[in-house]
Amino acid sequence: MAKPTTVDPEVPQGQRPQRAEPSVAATAAAGSVGWVDDRVPVSSIARKGLRKAFPDHWSFLLGEIALYTFIILLLTGVFLTIWFKPSMAEVEYEGSYALMRGIPMSEAFASTLSISFDVRGGLLIRQIHHWAAMLFVAAMTAHMLRVFFTGAFRKPRELNWLIGVGLLSIGLVEGFAGYSLPDDLLSGTGLRFVDGLVRSIPIIGTWAEFFVFGGEFPGELVIPRLYMVHILLVPGILLALVSAHMALLVYHKHTHFPGPGRKQTNVVGQALFPVYMAKAGGFFFIVFGVTILMGALMQINPVWLYGPYNPAQVTAGSQPDWYMGFVEGAIRIIPNWETHILSTTWSWNIFLPGVGLMGLLFTGLALYPFIEAWITGDKAEHHILDRPRNAPNRTALGVAGMTAYGLFWLSGGNDILATQFGLSLNAITVFMRVAVFVGPVIAFIVTKRICLSLQRRDRERVLHGSSSGILVRRPDGGYTEAHAPITQAEAFTLTQHTELPALEVSETTDQHGVKRTGKRTSRLRARLSRWYAHGRVPKPTAQEIADAGHHGEDEADHAVEPAAGTGELTSSGEPASTH
Amino acid sequence: MRSLTSRRHHKAARLLLVAVALLVTGGIYAVVSPAASVAAPTPEETIARGKELFAVSCASCHGLNGEGLASQGAPSLVGVGAAAVDFQMRTGRMPMANPLVQAPGKTNPFTPEEIAAISLYVASLGDGPAIPDPDQYDPSGLSPEEVAVGGDLFRTNCSACHNFQGSGGALPNGKVAPPLLDAEPIDIHEAMRTGPGEMPVFADQAIPDKDVKAMIAYLDQVHAEPSAGLSLGGLGPVSEGFWAWVVGIGGLVLFAMWITKKAARR
Repeated sequence: MAKPTTVDPEVPQGQRPQRAEPSVAATAAAGSVGWVDDRVPVSSIARKGLRKAFPDHWSFLLGEIALYTFIILLLTGVFLTIWFKPSMAEVEYEGSYALMRGIPMSEAFASTLSISFDVRGGLLIRQIHHWAAMLFVAAMTAHMLRVFFTGAFRKPRELNWLIGVGLLSIGLVEGFAGYSLPDDLLSGTGLRFVDGLVRSIPIIGTWAEFFVFGGEFPGELVIPRLYMVHILLVPGILLALVSAHMALLVYHKHTHFPGPGRKQTNVVGQALFPVYMAKAGGFFFIVFGVTILMGALMQINPVWLYGPYNPAQVTAGSQPDWYMGFVEGAIRIIPNWETHILSTTWSWNIFLPGVGLMGLLFTGLALYPFIEAWITGDKAEHHILDRPRNAPNRTALGVAGMTAYGLFWLSGGNDILATQFGLSLNAITVFMRVAVFVGPVIAFIVTKRICLSLQRRDRERVLHGSSSGILVRRPDGGYTEAHAPITQAEAFTLTQHTELPALEVSETTDQHGVKRTGKRTSRLRARLSRWYAHGRVPKPTAQEIADAGHHGEDEADHAVEPAAGTGELTSSGEPASTH
Repeated sequence: MRSLTSRRHHKAARLLLVAVALLVTGGIYAVVSPAASVAAPTPEETIARGKELFAVSCASCHGLNGEGLASQGAPSLVGVGAAAVDFQMRTGRMPMANPLVQAPGKTNPFTPEEIAAISLYVASLGDGPAIPDPDQYDPSGLSPEEVAVGGDLFRTNCSACHNFQGSGGALPNGKVAPPLLDAEPIDIHEAMRTGPGEMPVFADQAIPDKDVKAMIAYLDQVHAEPSAGLSLGGLGPVSEGFWAWVVGIGGLVLFAMWITKKAARR
């Protein structure tokens, strides 16, 4: 049961089904392949693997961008480790960049300058590495949003979702550690930020800080420690999680978007060999190429302009890389809340937006599949993706979350917004303090309305066909628009989704008045379930479609729906039409 | 006699005659013409001229005697010095066209003489920083080590507001620390000594002229350096993140759409 689908041989667009190979034993004598095959069953593994089906949709390649940028990061990272010196020992710069000559700096920063100016190709590789890191986290984020909005996290893929959340959160740590290594002014400022974050942990904060930095900030230990984290510990964890993520992907097989011939028991797509071998392989080179072009043409992290880290210095435009921007923004807009209890200081102004917000984001992401399954009572396996409109509340929740994230994100660049758009820094802060709470609510309502309207349009298309654009004047002077019926395939796509009924509160006693035992649906759960199912536009029943087809024969005209605000059409079918 | 006659027919004689004639005419013209009466004006005359110009262009806000008008938000100009007037007027910040949060730089409509006259008049109201001589701000002739120290000083004293390479930054309540990309060396020197707007005064006792010169030299040289590709505004990680999403993810999604649209050849 957990072992889900196999490639359906009747796949319409798929590869021609491959003939069953002769048995492994029969090929045993065939040269070196046979020798290996006698010991490890490579040919049967390869036969299955090569026929893995990849559905053709661009959004399925977002995760591949993340995978490929990770490979680029490993390759370029190896190059950088050859010259980088993770040491905070102070040296006087004697390299070839004249504008730093004689300035005292750490060996880490000096070696970063030497990679940039003295190592052949070093600056290019550094820039590729940094752009790839930005794209790595961005692609993971985009991939996660695709998975969320299409409901691909549902059973049986919850574990893979959790691994993905782990990859994203550890990816942030990895990126931040890398950002800190060159020991330039921005990385030092960022470390000071983290230092404050660690210290804001109630009661143990100061001890935790001394533990992390080996004494007072900045100390002399943090760069060597982060180096170990950045090139050994976290990449190791990332590799392990990526492997598990992909193993589960192969085991569960791809999901696919709904359509004719696409079932819960098959995957419609192109086989790995030869089509996706070429497509995915080619895409790797495209990703590599784009990253190289960005590294060659767009300057990133010009540390020689920032200068070496010096706790006495700071620069306007001190921001982290984009993926930590939402935390930066939250810290920038929160009021200065701080309480003193006995001899302890509780810095809510740092703890809530820093530790609290990151905790909220990743806990929320990790729990969402389970919360949604609990609310809907959905225990079925899902290999066909949801069209986002058909899960209006999930889609609206997702957009609300994106809005909150985006507003925090913008707050992180409030000074750049102020200078680039001629705004007042204070006005932005006040606006954002309100907007991070109001914005998501507005986004939720608007998105849900849009989803319901799209559902209503789907219903309309199934019942009345697509509008032909031809207006017909009737003998009595009225005008109607002729509607062309949609194809069977489209009608299927628009109506294939299941509509789970809301859960009812369980009776506490059975018909004999005896108290029930075992699992019950609580009042809260039933209320949430009702809310989740509320307002969705029911898909047309077979009877309704048949009825609509009949009157369409008489006067293929357009039934105007009443302005039913919430779109709650009665289950008896189509609303009174005007013809 | 004969020699004189023969010399009169010498080849150079005509040219000499023309030269002498020109000299005489020019000399007489110089003595007789009305322009001859323009002698260098005395400082008193310049101050008087400056006071006239001040009354026309500045007094509506700063008061007829530069005492300032609190209702207009205009500070007293007693003791601001000639350097402050020179900086504000040369960069077009003063006179302000209308009351704003901050005086924006714009094209300066005054002649150098007019600005000099007003500067001298304001300087006469009370002691303040004088307009610097070129040897106080001219950044040429410094060794690379001195310029590098200038960079360190710039990052310590200026980059917090003006950004690491002088791209400018935001200040509270809609004010900005302007970009320094087009600033002249004299502008930077005068601004440091007089502290226009929100900017603090960096006095000679705190940062001597030779350090100011080093900082100016650093800015000049860092702006002359080639960037490693498009500089993306020189604004730091915010613009980098923006372009990572637009060019990187945006571009790769377009490629992904193209790849998945491609049908397999049967």
